Amino acid sequence: MIKLELSPQNVERARNAAARIADSIDWLFRDFSSVTIERTVLRLLGIDGAGKNGKPLPNVVVDHLAELQALKRGAAWWVTNAAVARDVDPQEVAEMVGWDEIDLTTIPVQDNALVLRRMEEIAERTLAHLRLQRARREEYLQKFGARRRPAIYVIVATGNIHEDVIQARAAAREGADIIAVIRSTAQSLLDYVPYGATTVGFGGTYATQENFRIMRTALDEVSEEERRYIWLTNYASGLCMPEISAMGALERLDMMLNDAMYGILFRDINPRRTLLDQYFSRMINAYAGVEIQTGEDNYLTTADAVEKAYTVTASQLINEQFAIKSGIKPEKMGLGHAFEINPDLPDSLSYELAHALLTRTLFPAAPVKYMPPTKFASGNIFFTHLLDAMFNFVGQLTGQGVQLLGMMTEAIHTPHLVDRSLAIENAQYIFRAVGNLAEHIQLEPDGFIPRRANDVLAQAADFLEGVADEGLFIALGKGEFADIKRCETGGKGQMGVFPKDDDYINPFLTKMKRELGLS
Amino acid sequence: MKISKNIIRPYGDTANDGKMQFSFSLPVPASEYGKEAARLLLKQMGLQDIEVCGMRDLHEGFTHFIAYATTTVSIDGSRIRVKVVETPVMDMAATDEYISQHIGRPLTVIGACIESDAHTVGIDAIMNMKGYNHRYGLERYRMFNAINLGAQVPSETLLARARCENADAILVSQVVTQKNIHIKNLTHLIELAEAEGLRGKMLFICGGPRITHELAIELGYDAGFGTGSYATDVASFIAITIDERIEN
Repeated sequence: MIKLELSPQNVERARNAAARIADSIDWLFRDFSSVTIERTVLRLLGIDGAGKNGKPLPNVVVDHLAELQALKRGAAWWVTNAAVARDVDPQEVAEMVGWDEIDLTTIPVQDNALVLRRMEEIAERTLAHLRLQRARREEYLQKFGARRRPAIYVIVATGNIHEDVIQARAAAREGADIIAVIRSTAQSLLDYVPYGATTVGFGGTYATQENFRIMRTALDEVSEEERRYIWLTNYASGLCMPEISAMGALERLDMMLNDAMYGILFRDINPRRTLLDQYFSRMINAYAGVEIQTGEDNYLTTADAVEKAYTVTASQLINEQFAIKSGIKPEKMGLGHAFEINPDLPDSLSYELAHALLTRTLFPAAPVKYMPPTKFASGNIFFTHLLDAMFNFVGQLTGQGVQLLGMMTEAIHTPHLVDRSLAIENAQYIFRAVGNLAEHIQLEPDGFIPRRANDVLAQAADFLEGVADEGLFIALGKGEFADIKRCETGGKGQMGVFPKDDDYINPFLTKMKRELGLS
Repeated sequence: MKISKNIIRPYGDTANDGKMQFSFSLPVPASEYGKEAARLLLKQMGLQDIEVCGMRDLHEGFTHFIAYATTTVSIDGSRIRVKVVETPVMDMAATDEYISQHIGRPLTVIGACIESDAHTVGIDAIMNMKGYNHRYGLERYRMFNAINLGAQVPSETLLARARCENADAILVSQVVTQKNIHIKNLTHLIELAEAEGLRGKMLFICGGPRITHELAIELGYDAGFGTGSYATDVASFIAITIDERIEN
């Protein structure tokens, strides 16, 4: 890799400030839970399917408990208590609640030791499955070898899971390493996860457990045929972060978009809800060996990529500190950044190189996710293709972990089959041609690139120290992130956050924390 | 061939040679059979001198074809009619001055990405303080009271807010266009506005990568702004059109 000298003082300053910011939220992680966390617990206890009016059973049970003011003890306890009392499994308990046959709070309280043992057994069964999925992925990687760097990441977004499968298989055969199945545009604001295979949606189809299973099966087949493991990814953002992560872990997704603050800033989801949900969501990913990815590109899609470059660095450092709290290993932190500088700017490539090297140098172990130009992609597909080639050049030269390929038709439509193929051809040629060029390049020590990278780092350190001093929620309220003001008690999903009682129990959180060595 | 000033045909490297470039994929194998399928398709489109110069295997039974061919059709330039926004474009200072002089009060503009659309990049480029590409957004204008409701706003909410703020104009952005969802959303809003008696009370303006002024007019809007439009275009249109309406 091209060597970039960063000021050690500023690296330490920035990291310490980010750690202080993350530490200031510990009370939330310790004392609160949310409706989606409880639904996740139910899913992990084996509850799936839908009840009356197609309402997912995890929602049915959690709403039932919330209505009876019983959620503070945790959904796991009530469901297991009923399971012991009726000698059935949690799924049958949920179905009975779904058909109004039982009230979980009036079922006689069973011997507590018996309830806890039963809960332990059921939880262990699920965790064993998650470990098995993790081992399967590792077996595949042993058999077929590690992922290339940068890995070729493409999206499928037809809005129909079966059509998505055709496009994903074709992309994998062309050379894609990672397939992202884009979700329907409105899914992040749904406070439930739809059930079953879906063939509708705009700009993508829904993330559902069945859709995950369908795509994973298809990609396992192609992996065997191509002798290359094809990674599958989806989006754990919005109001159902931990539920999506749980479904992904169960069905062996390999990566998950799982940003700590994206929902707050770009989807107006309540800040407490988002931070709390990402904590458990990421812990599930850590446990299942899923690589998380973060959404720093969003900071640059409306703001200027040169002027606001430090916001990307600051967000990466905050994401890193929150990821550590959930037990994510550095090699599973796919921190994000983007190639979004105005191509009219002279020397734009030097700026892009400085920013890309800064990210790589600051997070040497991270499989950094590099996002393509979108803001300056236009209806001129020929120019966009050229811009994407330049982006691929920087990706290979700086050894990014994941190259999310740009599409020449970015500004026009969700990718056609041929758009994706041309994007892969573009990346493969540039990656091959640039090859090991970095080994032969040294930066001028006092030249533009190291100076620029250190300037951005210093700005990020100043910014993070300011936020750490005044408090994250205050800073969010004042619009210091991305010029967007978010109030601690505002935004969507705020009502879904509640304080835990002393006898609250989430068996998965407890066991995962123990096994991940978290306090 | 008769050369007429008004006859328009594609220009490759010679006047009126009719040369066109094609790129498309077919569910056929990358073989002579597939190539013939591509050629026949172009032939049925009425093209001549077809040269399928590129063929790329897309796998899973699909193939990408690149071709050149000559069209036999032409367009009579004198019969072209397009609807474009005809108001002149002023910069921010000039627009603020125009509103002060001609209208004498700030104009309230409410913007949103409506219904399922979560992509605020378009509405933000027009409304946010910063704007886009060196054109400040409406929030920066002294004579605009700009309210950006953001993403996924139900049409009902947008109209309710417009009524309560006594808005002068509504700006609607639609970026996602898969299966023509933007047409459905825009139609829904305008029908609702008519039902609620708001249509005549304020300007309705839409924007997005697949929006043209002509489409906007067809859907019942006052104007449409597509790719390459800036806050200056929208601001000038609002200021001048509202002034004209007051005078009338």
